[in-house]
Amino acid sequence: MDWNNPLIHTVVVLVGITIAFLAIMLLVAFTVLAERRVLGFIQGRLGPNRVGYGGILQPFADFIKTMMKEDLVPDQSTKFVFLLAPTVAVITAIMAIIVYPFGPVVWLPFIGSFPLVIARFDVALLYVLGVTSVGVYGIALAGWSSNNKYSLMGGLRSSAQLISYELALGMALIGVILMSGTLDIYAIVEQQSGAYGLNWNIFYQPLGFVVYLISAIAETNRVPFDLPEAETELVAGFHTEYSSIKFLLFFNAEYINMITVSMLATSLFLGGWNGPGVSLFPWLGVIYFAAKILFFIFLYIWLRGTLPRFRFDQLMNFGWKFLMPLALINIFLTATVEAFGGDLIKMVRSWIA
Amino acid sequence: MLLQATATAHTVGGPITAYWPVMIFFVVAIGFPILPIILGRFLRPAKYEKGKMRPYECGIDPTTEAHDRFTVRYYIVAMLFLIFDVETIFLLPWAIIFMGDDFSFTKFALLEMFVFIGILVVGYYYAWRKGALEWA
Repeated sequence: MDWNNPLIHTVVVLVGITIAFLAIMLLVAFTVLAERRVLGFIQGRLGPNRVGYGGILQPFADFIKTMMKEDLVPDQSTKFVFLLAPTVAVITAIMAIIVYPFGPVVWLPFIGSFPLVIARFDVALLYVLGVTSVGVYGIALAGWSSNNKYSLMGGLRSSAQLISYELALGMALIGVILMSGTLDIYAIVEQQSGAYGLNWNIFYQPLGFVVYLISAIAETNRVPFDLPEAETELVAGFHTEYSSIKFLLFFNAEYINMITVSMLATSLFLGGWNGPGVSLFPWLGVIYFAAKILFFIFLYIWLRGTLPRFRFDQLMNFGWKFLMPLALINIFLTATVEAFGGDLIKMVRSWIA
Repeated sequence: MLLQATATAHTVGGPITAYWPVMIFFVVAIGFPILPIILGRFLRPAKYEKGKMRPYECGIDPTTEAHDRFTVRYYIVAMLFLIFDVETIFLLPWAIIFMGDDFSFTKFALLEMFVFIGILVVGYYYAWRKGALEWA
């Protein structure tokens, strides 16, 4: 097929977008369900298990119920910004999913072979960082426009937290870029193939991986970093005044963010779609990719069931005084080792492969 | 320099068509929150009630405006973020061309970046000592 024909290209892109969109939405729905069930099991209770077999239809029931609720807009709020905030939050959350490769080059009858990635361009990683960092606007605007003290405090806290941990997150990724020499996520995943999984970046960037994982959990406002919605002190943080569909949008944005940071961690550190047998059966790559994402999501839920919440000063100290120096040290170490032992590393890697 | 270094990575389609999916997806992403908000109007009840539309403060009538003064530390954090985030952006092109074919360049780039990060670390140390990172 002629991939350079604009019409064919557009149709293919639309099909890819539809599939990816539906997959992400289903994943969000069942992540919510899995979270409630797993938390239930961790706490020695059952969790929702009545709607459908084992509670499998619970997310859809919740969706319908939330849609039927009245949409409150407080009189004193700034109406347009109040509407804009959840929209911005969910758009920026979902824009990032487009660049992740979820499989290698596969072959289908009548279509030919094509890579399983919707958009592939040179600055994919920069695009992800840029798009996700706009997400802080959604939270800051929501906190400000509600004209509620709890919302304002939650929004301020959350913005401060997001921008603080974004530094550590960005710097943790520099180590990976130093090793791969490109921002194209597809190329980074391809570089990690072979050598029985020993080419995965996690073995060369353990410090970077740990820093990335911690700051990713903080970026998505999850336990133990869920200060913005600390219900014991702030009611519900920045979305106190939100109800109905707008609350649902914020909720969706949080879970989509969870999935996208898991995808980024998988692609950059855990070899993306690489796994045993992928070179023979390329479609296996999709399963490996999904399995690695599910592992991260399970980790999120597990952490939520295990850890207590930080205090805000502890949170800021941890980000600025511990994670950031650690990320800087990681850059120094990686650059120095590469500059003085680059030939050696290349030799060892080719010897392994 | 960034463009030259990454021009070797081949894309699906041409250099411009590679960004088409982003534009198409942007339209889809805008429709995703807007459509339920508009369509949901036909599903939801809407009964105006004065008490319901007040800011939520655990049942007590709010006495003061919510847009009050708040601690200046948030501004300091935002300023520090600006400085270090720009630093991260400068690190990206450096990291891409670091392990190029010309190996003599690598050592020069290493030294250069040590100086660059060193200056910023001095600023970081200053902010730390001045107490900009303290949350009492």
